Amino acid sequence: MEDKDNLITVNIDGHDLQVPAGTNMVEAAAMLRKEIPHYCYHPKLSIAGNCRMCLVELGMPGRDRATGEPMLNEDGSPKIMWMPGPAIACGTKAAPGMHIKTDSPKALESREAITEFLLINHPLDCPICDQAGECTLQEFSSKHGRGYSRFIEEKNVKPKRTRLGPRVTLDDERCVLCSRCIRFCDEIANDSVLGFTDRGSYSTLTCFPGKELANNYSLNTVDICPVGALTSTDFRFKMRVWFLTEINSIDFETSVGTNTVVSAREGKIYRVTPRRNDEVNDTWMTDSGRELYKIVEAEDRLTACSVAGEETAATEAIVKASETLRGGKTAIVGSGQCSVEEQFALKALAKSLDAVSVDLVARYGEDDGLLMSVDRNPNVRGALMTGLIDTLPEERLEDLGSKIDSGEVRTVLSVKEDLTEAGLSEEQLSKVDIVFLGTHRNATSEKADVVLAGLTQFEKSGTVINQQFRIQKFNRVVPGPRGCIEDLYALSTIAANFSDEKFPSTVGSIWKQLAGENSQFSELSFQSLSDQGQVLDGSAFEHLPFREGKSLHFEPKREAVAAE
Amino acid sequence: MAIHPREKRIILKYADEPGYTPDIDCYMRHGGYVMLKKAVGMDKQMICDEVKNSQLRGRGGAGFPAGVKWSFVDRKSGKPVYMVCNCDESEPGTFKDRQIVHKDPHQLIEGIMISCFATDCAKAFIYIREEMPKGAKILEQAIKEAKEKNFVGDDILGSGYSCDIVVHRGAAAYICGEETGLIESLEGKRANPRIKPPYFPAALGLYMCPTIVNNVETLCNVKHILEMGAEEYAKIGRPNNTGTRIWCVSGGVKRPGYYEVAGITLGELVYDICGGPKEGRTIKAIIPGGSSMKILKNGERFKGKDRDGNEYDWGIEDIPLDYDGIAAAGSMSGSGGMMVLDDSVEIPVALANLMAFYSHESCGQCTPCREGSLWLKKITTRMVHGEARPEDVDLLRSVADQIEGRTICAFGFAVAWPVQSYLDKFEDEFREFAQRHNHLGGDRTAAKELACNH
Repeated sequence: MEDKDNLITVNIDGHDLQVPAGTNMVEAAAMLRKEIPHYCYHPKLSIAGNCRMCLVELGMPGRDRATGEPMLNEDGSPKIMWMPGPAIACGTKAAPGMHIKTDSPKALESREAITEFLLINHPLDCPICDQAGECTLQEFSSKHGRGYSRFIEEKNVKPKRTRLGPRVTLDDERCVLCSRCIRFCDEIANDSVLGFTDRGSYSTLTCFPGKELANNYSLNTVDICPVGALTSTDFRFKMRVWFLTEINSIDFETSVGTNTVVSAREGKIYRVTPRRNDEVNDTWMTDSGRELYKIVEAEDRLTACSVAGEETAATEAIVKASETLRGGKTAIVGSGQCSVEEQFALKALAKSLDAVSVDLVARYGEDDGLLMSVDRNPNVRGALMTGLIDTLPEERLEDLGSKIDSGEVRTVLSVKEDLTEAGLSEEQLSKVDIVFLGTHRNATSEKADVVLAGLTQFEKSGTVINQQFRIQKFNRVVPGPRGCIEDLYALSTIAANFSDEKFPSTVGSIWKQLAGENSQFSELSFQSLSDQGQVLDGSAFEHLPFREGKSLHFEPKREAVAAE
Repeated sequence: MAIHPREKRIILKYADEPGYTPDIDCYMRHGGYVMLKKAVGMDKQMICDEVKNSQLRGRGGAGFPAGVKWSFVDRKSGKPVYMVCNCDESEPGTFKDRQIVHKDPHQLIEGIMISCFATDCAKAFIYIREEMPKGAKILEQAIKEAKEKNFVGDDILGSGYSCDIVVHRGAAAYICGEETGLIESLEGKRANPRIKPPYFPAALGLYMCPTIVNNVETLCNVKHILEMGAEEYAKIGRPNNTGTRIWCVSGGVKRPGYYEVAGITLGELVYDICGGPKEGRTIKAIIPGGSSMKILKNGERFKGKDRDGNEYDWGIEDIPLDYDGIAAAGSMSGSGGMMVLDDSVEIPVALANLMAFYSHESCGQCTPCREGSLWLKKITTRMVHGEARPEDVDLLRSVADQIEGRTICAFGFAVAWPVQSYLDKFEDEFREFAQRHNHLGGDRTAAKELACNH
């Protein structure tokens, strides 16, 4: 928190409040749980001050012009000089002794006026608008509007159903011209493609000629659009938002660990949106991460376990897998896509199997300086911290290949990884018995002696550790297909088959063991872990050559500040 | 050369003289650039003090004291300070800066250079409205000539001070005349006015550097203040309203035009200098300072107490023709664009005309102005197209009240004031008009076309 010295006392509706210097009045009022309605203000973007919805009354302690002495009321309190006109709360930064009124007749009248102005040319097509139910204009109209219209003129006509880019559709008539999307493209995405054309009430949001809104962050404009002007082409008309159940989750795309909300109804996922975490992704998310839910119902999804190509019940498959692994000379290929809990169970299994080797398969991509890091595995650090591995993984399993060639390895347990893609040849695969635990068909699942159909991250709960060594939890959103088995349950059961001790098989119970065995995780539990995650001490791994670049260290373009 | 003997010409002294040309030789034959030569040898602060002491007020509209404006400039930031000459003269009824630029451009350049030197500006920009292409050419030529004589450019007159002037043609929009809109436009962006705070030009102006924005006429006055001395200059006109002002009179008078005067009344300008109303007409109302200013009704009494506590009771013709005089009458002298409406004008029609202008010129950035101005246009247009409703009069007032004071820039006032003041002064006429033009159910083509700007 801020230094105590930097705190400034302001007064909001008669309540004194201490806020850090530079806090704007929308945020300050929020600390008192007072909502100052706004459209254009966004905590992560520069101040535009154009919607005028946040107008409040503003006053400062008066000073005598001649002497410079503070002016006092009869009771000795500072005399507040109220400004004749209202001021925007978002553009008003805390100053010592500042007073604002958020619910005075003048402030309320301003809100009514702005609401009326925003509605006169608005199409009022809420029944067919995707934003309905989560529309700021709708909410504020109901809260701050007059409830009747004085407008009898023809409404303005503007372009509708404009394709702004591959994923975003624009309805200009609904646009309130708040410029959030323009500022996002300029300041965060560094892809200035949006702007206004025309003037006055005919102002129209549009893409610059020859450009399109196609960057990997374009759907954030849909998230921050306070109205139904920008809509996701994918989600459009799919589901009324009030039917959706929202579950907190984590983006599995990269080691950034973007916080997300997954929305589903009756076992079907409809969309993934970002969740605010100022220490990780602010309020942003990649477009590619939003597509990930589609793996749940992908065509190549494994929906049943199988032994030698024959579909079997999961329990039988587990028995068969245990038998196969009992043959000895087993190598384990784990995954950076597994949760911490699964990696912990896998480590226990490796120990009781006396595994020849444990590998992970690295995935690397370009760092985009924002939320896509070089490491495209969400949980390599989880594997390190659970002790499953102790060095950074390689992209190709060459060591394992030579061990197969030399006969040192006769059985391979692969969790989620396609061994062919990781560099093993067909010939090498034909030399070994394979147990595959994964979610989708691939060359390895085709060749495997036992296939355990697992769950995607949307169908189970767990934790992952991101590039900051921040442990974050994701929750089950939908149930998996009937023939599938929870990965953790499968691994734990197999592990239990090889040892005398009973091994915990649920996330909750495994945490007891995890916290007991590993000092890093002590005092933690899945239940108590906050939605903002918790940073663990990663200093033991400082020496490893992690390849993450600028991701997560992005600095948005800031507003100019006058010299003191 | 004065057109009327009652004029007191300082700025336009030579402008209309036969044989006076905009080239530098002619200007120097008439004593040009003498003051710049003197200025570069003077102490900078002394020039600033002179301007402050002269009580020179801005001629662009708000009438802010120029010397005080200069003193606000943030000197501690270490950034360069810029001078911007606002030549985006676009307030309807105003055409004074055009005369200066077209007829005596070197006077402006000298004024700019003295001001730049005094305030230590790194560069000066003349933002000239797009509709003055000839003026831009004249200024370019004049700057070229001045550079050859070392009045502009590097090491001006051996003083060690360097400053260049850039002529920038505007983006053909009314809002480009608003100082922060102008700065945005100068930076190559849409002329959306900036929010203040934090973007006061004196601290965060052009390219986020401290910037002084002054009107053409204001900058020209600087030269004359230096020439006369602040004390002598301050004797022209009334205290706090010093110097001459160029008034642009248009509308229902016999001799419309621009007149540079000082210390006279509104009546003297309109009746004596401009010859009063046209044959067979009477003056109905006067908009004193450009179309956005509040209207003054003929026949009305303007009463009150001035700053010194003296009571006054004026008819429209008695109003002193300066900042404080017109402010005391409840309006503003603005940019000096005086429009005289005679009895042939129907006030609701005049308002419809004005609203068509303002709704077209609203930049569209902030909600009240963007939506309110077009709404006002739609109502007034509907009224003059014969579909007026009695309640429209109150609706107009309410919409204007909802705009006033809630916008980013002063445009909100510019839209609201005419509506409010026309209704204040001519409410009966509006009500009668609404009754007379009440044919609801008529042809809606005009209204539909209004909704489709494309």
